Amino acid sequence: MKKIETIIRKSKFKAVKEALHEVGVNFFSYWDVTGLGNEKTGKVYRGVSYSTSDIQRRYLSIVVNDNFEEVAIQAIIKSASTGDVGDGKIFVSDVNESYRIRTGEKGNDTIN
Amino acid sequence: MNNLVENNIWMMICTALVFFMHLGFAFLESGLTRQKNTINILFKNIFIITVGLLLYCLVGFNLMYPGDFNGFLGFAGFGLDAPLVDGALDLAYSDGYTYWTDFLFQGMFAATAATIVSGAVAERIKLGSFMIFVVIYVALIYPIAGSWKWGGGFLDELGFYDFAGSTLVHSVGGWAALVGVALLGARKGKFDKDGKTLVILGHNIPLATAGVLILWLGWFGFNGGSVLSADPELTSLTLVTTCLAASAGGVASFLVSNALYKNFDLTMFLNGILGGLVGITAGADLMSPTDAILIGAIAGVVIVLSVAFIDRLRLDDPVGAIAVHLMCGIWGTLAVGIFGSLAGGEQFIAQLIGVGSYAAICIVSSFIIFYTLKKTCGLRVSEKEELEGLDLHEHEMNAYADFRKNEH
Repeated sequence: MKKIETIIRKSKFKAVKEALHEVGVNFFSYWDVTGLGNEKTGKVYRGVSYSTSDIQRRYLSIVVNDNFEEVAIQAIIKSASTGDVGDGKIFVSDVNESYRIRTGEKGNDTIN
Repeated sequence: MNNLVENNIWMMICTALVFFMHLGFAFLESGLTRQKNTINILFKNIFIITVGLLLYCLVGFNLMYPGDFNGFLGFAGFGLDAPLVDGALDLAYSDGYTYWTDFLFQGMFAATAATIVSGAVAERIKLGSFMIFVVIYVALIYPIAGSWKWGGGFLDELGFYDFAGSTLVHSVGGWAALVGVALLGARKGKFDKDGKTLVILGHNIPLATAGVLILWLGWFGFNGGSVLSADPELTSLTLVTTCLAASAGGVASFLVSNALYKNFDLTMFLNGILGGLVGITAGADLMSPTDAILIGAIAGVVIVLSVAFIDRLRLDDPVGAIAVHLMCGIWGTLAVGIFGSLAGGEQFIAQLIGVGSYAAICIVSSFIIFYTLKKTCGLRVSEKEELEGLDLHEHEMNAYADFRKNEH
């Protein structure tokens, strides 16, 4: 079992979600995050210009069986990319075990 | 007295419109400041309209309109004293309105002057100190200063003209705002240690936009009612000049700020509308449509330049009250000597003397009040209170209890 964590543009969320559905990944959690990076946005307020390096992104946490790992990653890369700096990252890690709370069962069947 | 009924109805409608301006101020000021200080600024606005009216009833009205007096200071006694004939209200009081309407219309104006100050000193002034300032300023300074012109005092004799209060209301508030801001110091984070101007964003621009449009509507009563009757020609002309100046002010402001800063800044657009309104207020009944557009447009330019100039002086005015009410108030007052049916060198001198006289009384009196407060109970909240928000510390309340918070 693998955990795929990815940080993507909010504007790409719908595309990523649909791409994951297409390869059979239907369950995941997500939340909005603010990060710091090299990207700077110039703004002006009442005649004073300023720039902010706060970056708004969406963070997805997807746990899948090993055979879904590669297709899910490829689906994210393809759907989340614009080619510009700031498209995001994907992190993959091992997951030791998974349980379904309702039934108490564990193992590969509890996820997809 | 033929048209008293019609005149009086118009004046009561205008009274209600000026009352409505307080909602405009509340929206504008809370929208252009941070969410952690929302309760505080709204509390100040509500305090001003309620206490302002009570004080105007108790002393203000009779200080401002003392009847025959020496031209500088007169007082016709505490409270309201309606003129009676045979036990009924004396309707010969005026052709344009009854005694009661007169009081309430003028009372709504009085509170406006103090509201102008509340936006400029927002986010850092101690609530108690501000309330003491408001009580003294609305009860004594505004009506005494007002009596010099509208009460028939020495500036009226001199030929000084201020139709609806570019100087008497807006500059009176604006000068106190300037003094208050100078004595208070800037908000934490407005200027960095090299003196560079930083940005503190207003937290609700849609609210600020609603506030400006409400203020504009209120100005129909502010200027329209200052005709002091329902005279068909003057009231309708006044509304036309008022609206044209507002439009020209907004457009000029957004064009100039776009040329200087390369962005379409809505808050400058909004301030420009208010600048045009304040600018036309001194001579709204004297101007042709072309004059009104020119006065408004120049006011719009004045706004953009003043906002930058005030920043450069290291004065922190979160809502732009000094630029709008003081700078454009002065401009509008002087414009009576340049444009319209009274224009001329002699009138211009009279306008200058008027501006100078109000500068003197307002700067001196507000300095004494604010400085005394600073040395006694303190003017500014603690650094901790300022950082965590006045809502939390002065009020122990939260304006948006269920909303997501951010660090400022």
